[in-house]
Amino acid sequence: MDSSSPFRSSRIAPVVAMAAAVALTLAGCSSSSGGKKSEESADGASAGKASTPQMTVALVTHQSPGDTFWDIVRKGAEAAAAKDNVKLVYSADPNAGNQANLIQNAIDQKVDGIAVTLAKPDALKDVIAKAKTAKIPVVGLNSGVSEWKNLGLMEFFGQDETVAGEALGNRLNSEGAKKAVCVIQEQGNIGLTQRCAGVKKTFSGTTETLYVNGTDMPSVKSTITAKLSQDKAIDYVVTLGAPFALTAVQSKSDAGSKAKIATFDLNKDLTSAIDKGTIEFAVDQQPYLQGYLAIDSLWLYKNNGNYMGGGEQPVLTGPAFVDKTNVDAVASFAAKGTR
Amino acid sequence: MSMTHHAEPAVSTPPAPGRKESDGRTKQRPLALRLLARPEVGVFLGAVAVYVFFLIAAPPVRDGSSMANILYQSSTIGIMALPVALLMIGGEFDLSAGVAVITSALTASMLSYQLTMNVWLGVIVALLVSLGIGFLNGWMVVRTGLPSFLITLGTFLILQGVNLAVTKLVTTNVATDDISDMDGFGQAKKIFASSFDVGGVQVKITIVYWLVFAAIATWVLLRTKYGNWIFAVGGNKESARAVGVPVTFTKISLFMLVGFGAWFVGMHQLFTFNTVQSGEGVGQELIYISAAVIGGCLLTGGAGSAIGPVFGAFMFGMVQQGIVYAGWNPDWFKAFLGVMLLGAVLINLWVQRTATRR
Repeated sequence: MDSSSPFRSSRIAPVVAMAAAVALTLAGCSSSSGGKKSEESADGASAGKASTPQMTVALVTHQSPGDTFWDIVRKGAEAAAAKDNVKLVYSADPNAGNQANLIQNAIDQKVDGIAVTLAKPDALKDVIAKAKTAKIPVVGLNSGVSEWKNLGLMEFFGQDETVAGEALGNRLNSEGAKKAVCVIQEQGNIGLTQRCAGVKKTFSGTTETLYVNGTDMPSVKSTITAKLSQDKAIDYVVTLGAPFALTAVQSKSDAGSKAKIATFDLNKDLTSAIDKGTIEFAVDQQPYLQGYLAIDSLWLYKNNGNYMGGGEQPVLTGPAFVDKTNVDAVASFAAKGTR
Repeated sequence: MSMTHHAEPAVSTPPAPGRKESDGRTKQRPLALRLLARPEVGVFLGAVAVYVFFLIAAPPVRDGSSMANILYQSSTIGIMALPVALLMIGGEFDLSAGVAVITSALTASMLSYQLTMNVWLGVIVALLVSLGIGFLNGWMVVRTGLPSFLITLGTFLILQGVNLAVTKLVTTNVATDDISDMDGFGQAKKIFASSFDVGGVQVKITIVYWLVFAAIATWVLLRTKYGNWIFAVGGNKESARAVGVPVTFTKISLFMLVGFGAWFVGMHQLFTFNTVQSGEGVGQELIYISAAVIGGCLLTGGAGSAIGPVFGAFMFGMVQQGIVYAGWNPDWFKAFLGVMLLGAVLINLWVQRTATRR
């Protein structure tokens, strides 16, 4: 082999550079602002722990990995699990067929309850019927507000995406907007399409839909820029996720546009943007609450036979508006990544 | 294969007329055919066609700031498409390139934030991590002799998982914390993510880097020994080794070059957007590879150029933004892109076959 290749000497280079980096560290190049040190050490919500016997609950979502929204759902579920002495088994797959398999997996594990998201209800119909046969209570969360009863779920926690869209459309009317562009970051996602459809329904101005590639931020940025420079009449940009709203702020300045920005969903950077006024408002469906209630409801059912929503109506977690008037109350929770 | 070695950058400088070989051993083919045989000519013509098409169809494209935006989009693809193309000329390819960008950005961001250090420390360590990933990819490919498809598919999955799991472990969230108020951020932003004014148009600095890197890569490919090595190892590894080309060094260094590109684009993203979501980057590797292939790099290695992928990336940016500027329904974007990709490859094939036929 060519182990005597010129490469050998440069293998030392990373080591040297690493040593240099360590030296730099020791030399005290610490940041005087920001960073971990400035982060407040805030404790999560904690309300003791139930003394009921441990039960196992599976939460199976259609999350795609690394999305800030789903992380908040999961944190809510974990908080409820910790409080209720529940062993939480979390699994997720954006592919509906795989999600069905994960639910089957939970049935095979003989869990005491299953919480599922119904992004593609038809694909989950059969496996949810199997869970019923196995006498495992199933609740729904997040997506599927129009389908959960047909599938025989016990309860549902989430927001009606169309209702949320309609609420945002109404809000745009009261803000005096004339032309809005609705930015969808994932083509073919029903919930996202429903949001934009809801906006279109109530908004008295005109709306247009813009698709962007959600896994590539620079591309999101230039596509929104392109739209804003193509159509100068746009006075409101509506995004469907917090990170995309923050990117839209940059697009706006790149395009020299005067458009205002509103969004669905929240994260911690977004609250400070609302505070600064670069983003007008967010429609928050409270994902933490969805995860929390889904788990807590299964615990309540097992230990007290309760039905949230009376077994008839969905429990709506949104749309809750967050804007400059109430952002202060939300910011500290968002900073912990739970709101 | 030899055609790729000594030809001049035909696109910008047409060869002087009357330069005929006279010894009669080889019959010089007509200039037009020789030009067409260059891998980047097909894509150059394609890029011109797409540009003219949108110039007519989408009036906003004629505006300078629109062009700056299209070029910005192209540059973020193009900066990565360059090393990816060189690697392909060298006979390998890298499926981990898309998520590696995010790995680099996450490393820099989390390291500086968690240790409350000057962000430059994170930037440097991220560079080492990126080069390390490239080294590992290359080393495994050379050592095992397995197809780079398998090796880098493995690292792609590993990085995807590590990006998510480590971010969650360290920050307890799946996105990094905002580092824009930390020391060194302003400097780093100036270098990786600033823009400057040209006649009232805001031009992103990545466009400059993209073109400079492309010029350097072209020079390296056509004028240096290392450039010859790249063609040689991509053409035939064994005969290259037999004539003394350091195959191991060349291949590993090419993978590390992709690592460098991933670091650079990762730093751009970090200092543009202040935070990084750990799930991003998936699928981008195929866009980089497509830009290289549209740009005339063969999947089998041994042929290609550095200027071709520049036009390849430009076509991506042009089509993606052009559809928006034209105000069309972007539902068709991916289908359009696929047709363009197949079209470009087929035209390249046809042109080269026609042009090289004696």
